[in-house]
Formats: sequence, C-alpha cells, structure tokens
Amino acid sequence: MERSTPTELPAANERRVALLEIFGVFFQLGLFSFGGGLSGWVYREVVTRRNWVAEPDFMSGLALSQIMPGTNIANLSVYVGLRLRGIAGVVVALSALLSAPFAAIILLLLVYDHVSGLPRLAAAMSGITAAAMGLLLVVSARSAWRLRSDFVGIAAMVLTFVAVGVLQWPVLPVVACIAPLSIGAAWFGSRRDAH
Amino acid sequence: MRTDQLWPLTVVFVSFSLSSIGGGTSLFAPMHHQAVDIHQWITSQDFVDLFAISRAAPGPGSMLATLIGWKIDGLLGALVATLALFVPSSILVYFVARVWNRYRGRKWHSALEHGLAPIATGLISAGTLAIARVGGEGVLSWVVAVGSALILARFAVHPLFLLAAGAAIFAVMG
Repeated sequence: MERSTPTELPAANERRVALLEIFGVFFQLGLFSFGGGLSGWVYREVVTRRNWVAEPDFMSGLALSQIMPGTNIANLSVYVGLRLRGIAGVVVALSALLSAPFAAIILLLLVYDHVSGLPRLAAAMSGITAAAMGLLLVVSARSAWRLRSDFVGIAAMVLTFVAVGVLQWPVLPVVACIAPLSIGAAWFGSRRDAH
Repeated sequence: MRTDQLWPLTVVFVSFSLSSIGGGTSLFAPMHHQAVDIHQWITSQDFVDLFAISRAAPGPGSMLATLIGWKIDGLLGALVATLALFVPSSILVYFVARVWNRYRGRKWHSALEHGLAPIATGLISAGTLAIARVGGEGVLSWVVAVGSALILARFAVHPLFLLAAGAAIFAVMG
C-alpha cells in the first residue's frame, strides 16, 4: 500500500483515492487505537505519508473535530472521508474505524470472566497509550515549528494549551475567546502580504 | 433481554452524542448516572468492570456505550448504543464540514484555516496532557512518550512498532 512520491502532489486530493484504501487506513487506525489519542497517527497516515490532505486543511479539520460534539477521532474520520470521497468516503472511513473496536470490545467482555490477566493487559494498554502520546508530541512539535515566526499563532497555541490542558477549562468557551483574535490576525496578516 | 429498553437507550446516547464536547472522557460521569442511577440498566460494579474492559480494548473510550448496550439486549443493544453515540455527531460534522469545504479558496476561509491551526495545535498538546492524566502511569508514560516521539522524528519506523514496544515495556515494568 506504499504510495510513491506523494510530496510532489501540489494541493493534495487531486488524485481520486480508492475507497478500499480509505477503509484500509481507518480499519488499521481503529484496530490499534488503544487509550485514545491516535489523532497523531491519522496525521501521519493522511498528511505525512499519503498527502491525501494538505497540512493546514488537516489542522483546521482537527480543530473542527475538537470543537464539535462527538469523539475527536470519529469526527476527524468524517472530515477526512468527506474530503477524499464525499459521503461514500464518510461512510467507509467511519465504519472502518469502528468495526474492529466494536468486535474486539464485545469479545473482551465475553472472555472477561474467564481471564485473570486483565491487570497485565491493562498495564500493556497504558504502554500503548504512552507511545500514542509520543505520536501526538510529534504533531505538536511539527505544527509549533511551522508557527515559529508567527508570534500571534504561538500566543494562540500556548494560551489554548494552558487554558485547556493545564487549567482544564472547557474547550468551547476557551476557543470562542481565542479564535476571533487568532483568525483576525491571520486575516490582517494575509492582507498585508497581498499588498 | 430487555428490548423495551432500546428506545430509552437510543434517546440517552443520542443526547450524549450531540452534547459531548471535548472528547469521550467527559462522558463517563453522565453515562454512569444514566445507566446506573436513572435507568438501572447495570449496577455500579458492572460499570466499573465495563470501564476496565473498555480501557483494555481498542477504539474510543466512549465505546463503553457498546458494552452497556450489550448488557441490555445483546448484539442488537450493542449496535443500537454504538450507532446512537456515533451517528448523530458524525452527521453534524458532515454538514459543517461540507459548508466549510464549499467556501474553500475564499480569503476569509483561509484566514479561518490559518487562525484555527495554532488553536488545534494547542488542543492536541492539551489532549496529550489529558490522556496522561486519565491513562498515564506517571514518569514511565512520559519517558515512553518522549522516547517514541524522538524515534518517530528521526527514523522511518511504523507507529505499530512503537505501540508494541510501549506495551512490552509496561507489561514488564508496570
């Protein structure tokens, strides 16, 4: 399933991505999405490796997924699926994402009373979660590096992180306060560039 | 089997689907309240067991809903609960994303896109912290996380390899 030289595609999504390929990526993501936090893996598969969606496009979809109700990873699958193949892409991405976990979680429930190794299994899951955190750190570092000369962008990023991450304030009001400033700066910044 | 409970099950999870902003972890307390106290679908001990199972299984943590559905009406209940939790929010995202895509290329669209990107980055970093709080095991989690990040940034390894390594390290040391 390795794609050749995707970096040369100009605006991504010029190529029609096969539904089977979308299914493959999201099935794999669902199967291995232990402990949450696999947005980092989606980024790697969809942006870095396949160039299906351009980076700013993906990040705005990610922001949308986090602002809207629902599970982040499911929302992100809807966004990417739509971007690639419209409604068919949405249905394929979402069902691929959920089918393996649906079967796995019921199987685990059925054997739950017969296994004694669940604590060890849970410990292993914490290890998977920790490695998934590493994937997220890579996304944060990449996007932060891209913002390095954009002071307003850095301020918006740090403020969001402190308010939601450190202080644990609710996402929606925080974004509602910071987004207008950040978007306003992007608007005036792009106008200045145009002149 | 309590097929008569499928309608209340649908109502409960559809409302969760449309109100759960900020990811699945914000759902556990209200889920417990509805499933144990109000509808008495399961006992409090059941809930703790199901939570442990959902932590050990792949998929979003909110798939705890699938298990609650299973307890109510087997496979049918599991399907109903899962669809009720994931479909309404997905439809909402679908329509918002469609509007979003329609105006691609406009100046205000690219201003929105560039203005939202740093906020998404901040939210990802915040999400990493939240995951560490819920599922993390202190220092070891961060060591594995930073180690994986450095390896990923430097070498072309498959993330699965890192997830497996993380699992092995924790199974031995945890």
